[in-house]
Amino acid sequence: MKKLETFGIKPHDASLKNDGQKWSIMEKLLLGLTLDQYIGQALRNKLNWLFAIIFAIGIPVILYRFVFSLGAVTHGSYDYPWGLFLGFGLFCMVPLSASGFMLGTTVEIFGRHDFEPIERLALLNGLLGYFFAVVYLLVDLGQPWRLSYPMVYSFGPAAVLFLVGWHVATYLSVQVMEVSTAFFEWIGFQRGYDFIRKGTIGLTVSGVILSTLHQGALGALFLYAPGKVHPLWYSAPFQWILFFISSIPAGLCMVISVSTIVIYTMKWRCDKRFIDNLDWITIALAKGAAMGLSTYIIMKFIAVAHDNEWAYFFTGWGAWWWFEMLGFVILPLAILSYGIRHKLVGLCRIGAFLTVFGILLNRLNTALIAFNWQLYQEIPHYLEIIIAITIFAIYIATYRFILARLPILYKFRSQAEE
Amino acid sequence: MSKITRRKFLAASAAGGTAIMMAPTKKAFAAGSFEGFPDGMGVLVDLTRCVGCRTCEAACNKEQQLPEPAKPFDDYSVFDEIHHGQKRRTTDKAYTIVNRYELKDTEEPLYRKIQCNHCNEPACLTSCFVNAYKKTPEGAVIYDSHVCVGCRNCMIACPFHIPAYTYHSVLNPVIKKCIFCYDTRLKEGKPPACVESCPQQVMTFGKRKDLMKIAHERIKKNPGKYVDHVYGEKEVGGTGWFYISNAPFEEAGFDVHLPKKPIIDNVKDFLAIVPVVLTVWPALFTGFHLLATKGKSHGHGDDHSHDEQGGH
Repeated sequence: MKKLETFGIKPHDASLKNDGQKWSIMEKLLLGLTLDQYIGQALRNKLNWLFAIIFAIGIPVILYRFVFSLGAVTHGSYDYPWGLFLGFGLFCMVPLSASGFMLGTTVEIFGRHDFEPIERLALLNGLLGYFFAVVYLLVDLGQPWRLSYPMVYSFGPAAVLFLVGWHVATYLSVQVMEVSTAFFEWIGFQRGYDFIRKGTIGLTVSGVILSTLHQGALGALFLYAPGKVHPLWYSAPFQWILFFISSIPAGLCMVISVSTIVIYTMKWRCDKRFIDNLDWITIALAKGAAMGLSTYIIMKFIAVAHDNEWAYFFTGWGAWWWFEMLGFVILPLAILSYGIRHKLVGLCRIGAFLTVFGILLNRLNTALIAFNWQLYQEIPHYLEIIIAITIFAIYIATYRFILARLPILYKFRSQAEE
Repeated sequence: MSKITRRKFLAASAAGGTAIMMAPTKKAFAAGSFEGFPDGMGVLVDLTRCVGCRTCEAACNKEQQLPEPAKPFDDYSVFDEIHHGQKRRTTDKAYTIVNRYELKDTEEPLYRKIQCNHCNEPACLTSCFVNAYKKTPEGAVIYDSHVCVGCRNCMIACPFHIPAYTYHSVLNPVIKKCIFCYDTRLKEGKPPACVESCPQQVMTFGKRKDLMKIAHERIKKNPGKYVDHVYGEKEVGGTGWFYISNAPFEEAGFDVHLPKKPIIDNVKDFLAIVPVVLTVWPALFTGFHLLATKGKSHGHGDDHSHDEQGGH
């Protein structure tokens, strides 16, 4: 893309061409480039080659799973019924996608329209994260074609998973509607855009409700397994609130991380508004994340104190707990605080990446590593790892595809000119 | 401007209301506590009598029409099998198994039969989001494979590590576990196949409440023989199958740290939050919105609803 720019070629960024004609869908899909130009830039992109390798290996493995059963690609463990697909795909992707409801609330509920340049990125991050969490779930379920059963056929309303299922489904549709405004703009469907915009507050409020509950519910799922999850990662009264609170820095830091990657690799797609505002927005999001992290730390210690689990600190598991807390919660908090205080955007970004890894570690600890701590450690099957990586690569590819096209990082010029 | 405010308020309320309707009463089954059906059947297992002959395993295999095992039922080398540092457990091909445990104080090993304990308030049942499990009035915990989605939450929830899954089935993977021979025997009041087959009369079949009395009497009448504890009387809210033993239960591989209350009790705190959030949040956040945006533009920066409505 950079190379094309030197030839004076600009990507499509308005509903009308310079000469006043409308863009066709095909032209929009090709970013306003000719087919040759488009293929040329796609081939020059090294990430595409990496994706090609991953897909060449991974997609056959995913097909293999559906032809030869779950047992063929996992260890089919009775003691670890949930492996990487849920441990990573569901329990990590969902908190990292909490960004949608938070930025939605900031802009729409609290009326902080100065955060608008990042709002759509946060909404899209939420939508894609949830969508791919469901993709992971479909790979993991024994009978994925029955996914709608808890909705329409057979109800188990006392189950936490029932709540998770309902809320993720409803929230996913709320997010589709929220992001659809960008899509309607892109295809030029003004009435659809206006219709959705009118319901914004309603959509945002339902987003907050649903997010509060199912972020917490993912934690509450482990309350069914007292004794299986190590006590340091288990707290009957606080599990849901720990998962909910940690999802706040998780979502915010994920937006910082994604915007960092975007500003370094897709700057051509960002408009001036996004680029000029990103620095202060990064610091502002970092503030939110830092507040979330400090609340989370206090809650973590309250949880240990409440169940009087101090003795576990002096065991091997205690050391692992401290590793997670010091390296991926307290250290990023310190980095973020220093970065905020001295207005160092770069440091805030490092802190954000660390926080994201911290969330990954925490969820994997709860779901896999500190799970069955009295039995043995499950190491996922290598095909299971390949599938998890492949789906993640599809996630990134989809993310990039949408960012390159829809007005997420830029504003349609026709509207900016108003 | 007030017109827009009211419209947005209504929209928010409607969305909140819809969210409530879309989340049916989650508390319905969670409230209260359930101590089992009064006439539910149970089995008392006296570990002191078991000699590890594995006859019960064979009987179960036959009754439930399970595939032939890799090693025959009279092969006692299975007691030495260790997988991932663990002794044998129930699988999709074996609903009950017997394990041998070496004790600290005596030379004699102790044998323990493992199968579904048919809890009074089963964790598998309460964790299932399609309600595939059922606790029958006869005392069995049974499972309907036709609604199972395959999330395997029940396997996470079971405190005894009992349910197994047919991972290798492509089109119809299901949970497999002991069902107290419900279909073929219990429904007609007959004892399960394993109980009937036992040559040592390790297991006594009867009403749970009667058996509990027998268990305590047996402990009282034989001073020094038994540990003074009936495992399964209180554990996780009480189980249909329960055990008495001459050795401390932890030496026989039992989890002695299980809570006395049903597993679902851990989750009730969270379930109680649900209706609170559903009802309070819409008003709270719509209120925040009104407070935060009073006197400011209600619209989006790039929103032209203002101009349009002004134009009508």
